[in-house]
Amino acid sequence: MGVQIRKITKTFNKFVALKNVNLDVQPGELLALLGPSGSGKTTLLRIVAGLEFADPGHGQILFHGEDVTYHSAYKRRAGFVFQHYALFQHMNIFENVAFGLRVRPRALRPTEDEIRDRVFTLLKRVQLDHLAKRFPSQLSGGQRQRIALARALAIEPRVLLLDEPFGALDAKVRKELRRWLRQFHEETHLTTLFVTHDQDEAFELADRVAILSEGNIQQIGCPKEIVQHPTNTFVHDFLGLDI
Amino acid sequence: MGAFTNSRALASARHIADPQPTNARTEPVWIRATLIAITFAFLGVFILWPLLTVFHEGFSKGFGFYVETFKDPITIKSIELTLLTAAIAVPLNTVFGLAAAWALTRFKFRGRQLLIALIDLPLWVSPVIGGLIYILLFGRHGTIGPWLMDHNIQIVFALPGIVLATTFVTFPFVARSLIPLMEAQGHAEEEAALTLGANGWQVFFRITLPKVKWGLLYGIILCNARAMGEFGAVSVVSGHIRGKTNTMPLHIEILYNEYQFAAAFAVASLLSLLALITLFLKTYSESRTAQQLREAQELTIVSK
Amino acid sequence: MFNRFTPRIMPGFGLSLGYTIFYLSLIVLIPFSALFTKTFSGSWAHIWESISEPRVLASYKLSFGVSFLAALVNGFFGLITAWVLARYEFPGRRFVDALVDLPFALPTAVAGIALTALYSTNGPIGSFLFEHFNLRVAYTPLGIFVALTFIGLPFVVRTLQPVILDLHADVEEAAACLGATRWQTFTRIILPALLPALGTGIMLAFGRAVGEYGSVVFIAGNLPLKTEITPLLIITKLEQYDYSGAAAIGLAMLLASFVILLLVNLIQWWNDKRTAHDTEEN
Repeated sequence: MGVQIRKITKTFNKFVALKNVNLDVQPGELLALLGPSGSGKTTLLRIVAGLEFADPGHGQILFHGEDVTYHSAYKRRAGFVFQHYALFQHMNIFENVAFGLRVRPRALRPTEDEIRDRVFTLLKRVQLDHLAKRFPSQLSGGQRQRIALARALAIEPRVLLLDEPFGALDAKVRKELRRWLRQFHEETHLTTLFVTHDQDEAFELADRVAILSEGNIQQIGCPKEIVQHPTNTFVHDFLGLDI
Repeated sequence: MGAFTNSRALASARHIADPQPTNARTEPVWIRATLIAITFAFLGVFILWPLLTVFHEGFSKGFGFYVETFKDPITIKSIELTLLTAAIAVPLNTVFGLAAAWALTRFKFRGRQLLIALIDLPLWVSPVIGGLIYILLFGRHGTIGPWLMDHNIQIVFALPGIVLATTFVTFPFVARSLIPLMEAQGHAEEEAALTLGANGWQVFFRITLPKVKWGLLYGIILCNARAMGEFGAVSVVSGHIRGKTNTMPLHIEILYNEYQFAAAFAVASLLSLLALITLFLKTYSESRTAQQLREAQELTIVSK
Repeated sequence: MFNRFTPRIMPGFGLSLGYTIFYLSLIVLIPFSALFTKTFSGSWAHIWESISEPRVLASYKLSFGVSFLAALVNGFFGLITAWVLARYEFPGRRFVDALVDLPFALPTAVAGIALTALYSTNGPIGSFLFEHFNLRVAYTPLGIFVALTFIGLPFVVRTLQPVILDLHADVEEAAACLGATRWQTFTRIILPALLPALGTGIMLAFGRAVGEYGSVVFIAGNLPLKTEITPLLIITKLEQYDYSGAAAIGLAMLLASFVILLLVNLIQWWNDKRTAHDTEEN
């Protein structure tokens, strides 16, 4: 059942950021939210994570069938990767990744050995286990973003949410990480929602793409479908299609 | 063109090289030197000299006399009272400062600006008013003074009054040092911690507190220095009972008015030392805070 | 625990705001209300007499007049100090920078006795001024001026310093490229940009000086009608158990503080509006 977004509306001081948005992310799917800045895509992602709440009384968010609309962020178990990483600067890499395990209620908290194993497995997975003792300020942008991903995965998230994860990186690192993320998704098939304004990124990475504009979903479908049959002029112009 | 400017004069002026070309953002050397000299002279006369005077006068009757001053039981009592007062007032204001900074920087709500203004209020009013309001409330002819007398509770002219007046005067310091810092740091890390399952207290103790520790330290130090040195407000509520309700600054006043200058300055030198330590720690914690903020900004900048 | 209708992302809103308001009320708001109730517990005639008797009027003139002069002098030297600290590299810069805060950290009573010792006719500065210029500083309004200058300096410097650091380099460079001399750049480009902060700093120093007590009482001499500051009169009234009289003067001072606060906010509001307008145009 993945993530179900039902009739979500969000207004900021009379500005309507999202208008009655409906979206289903299939389990195991990587779905990209693509749109120009101000289209509401990041707001939608933050609502799914519980970092914003939709207008009261409007709509629902379901994770694998469970209604989480009014759950606080810390109860949702949604792995969130921030555009600017948001790594904890006063903790080393190991502690950053271990954080989500250490803050669990005592009954659910793994032992110190288990935490160690889990963190190193994840660090190996992002190929950065040799940096465990370093601090975030000593890492490159690409490394930081991989750590941010490892940290989000440590809590065994029910869904993975990525907010322009490569937006602050330069073109070369961006391409590498894109390929790496796709491969990672093939291995794990974690339900993933991915926000980007870069259409190449969206089309190369995603199983399906949802195009947002002015708080509405304009079109949703697999990359090929969208390019061949854009439903309206906005999608057509936004993608820069010739025909 | 020619109607407005003398183009020949302009053309020739262009070819005269400056004898000492200066950077477009700074002044000629002699002006710089003059301004620096004025700064040194002004601060030297108005700030450094008074400070040095305290130590000079304190030791004017020799080191032996200096040490002797601190063996006087009344002096010792005043030091104890000052320490006790600060030990109560500073933690109270620290807890308040943390709560206020959290509420004011993490949430937007109606009346936020008014609340900030009210927190600043003790900085705006005379310390004498800070003492006055407690006399008006708890004094013999105060609003609830008679009731307190009937129940044998003494607030003014006793420790509770001194603590209250000190708390009032030092009320905003921790909050004020934290609010701009937490505003500047934003709350991306706190959000990340929430998505990783941390609850409110965990976010506060594991993320926010380590992030603001230097700013917090600075606020506490400043709060402490002002608490130990407060004169006006405490003077109003203390009642000046020697050996009982006299804090160090009040004791200095009595010694001074009794022409025991060397002793007065000896006690004053101890408070001056505290001020110097405060300034040193302030400079240190500020540079650490600045460094933290720089690192935070670097973290968000594209790195290659 | 969770309020469905006003969901907040960060936890702890109720607790932190609740405690803030509770503690604020306990330490500040409730005691302050006594200032109003006590003032108006006396008759209007008594209130008026308390705040307008000649001794009190003389103290207003002294407190506000000397405070304003001291604030202006601080404005001048504070601008130079802030400029030097923000722009120039020289040996001892960090030390001077730390020294600026001393009046903020040094207990006012300590400053008071130190300044008195320096400026009395026996002191090193006082004796010099007396012998050469026949000028008495301690126990005259001039002494009060010295003390208020001492305590006001950090307010001007610390308000100006960050603004000077934030000035955009390119504006000054553009002025230079357009042929302005350094002095023209300063008076036409830099000074206008600094004026709001300078005004704010001067008003802050003024506000602090009006209420100052500890550093002034030692050097003032406290002669009625001549060198008595207003805060001292509040204490005098209290010692005579004239609570409503003391409260009335306190309230008058509080109103003055509010006017100063209002002025500071007006300066900032005017500046915000002006700079907001600038960015719109650009």
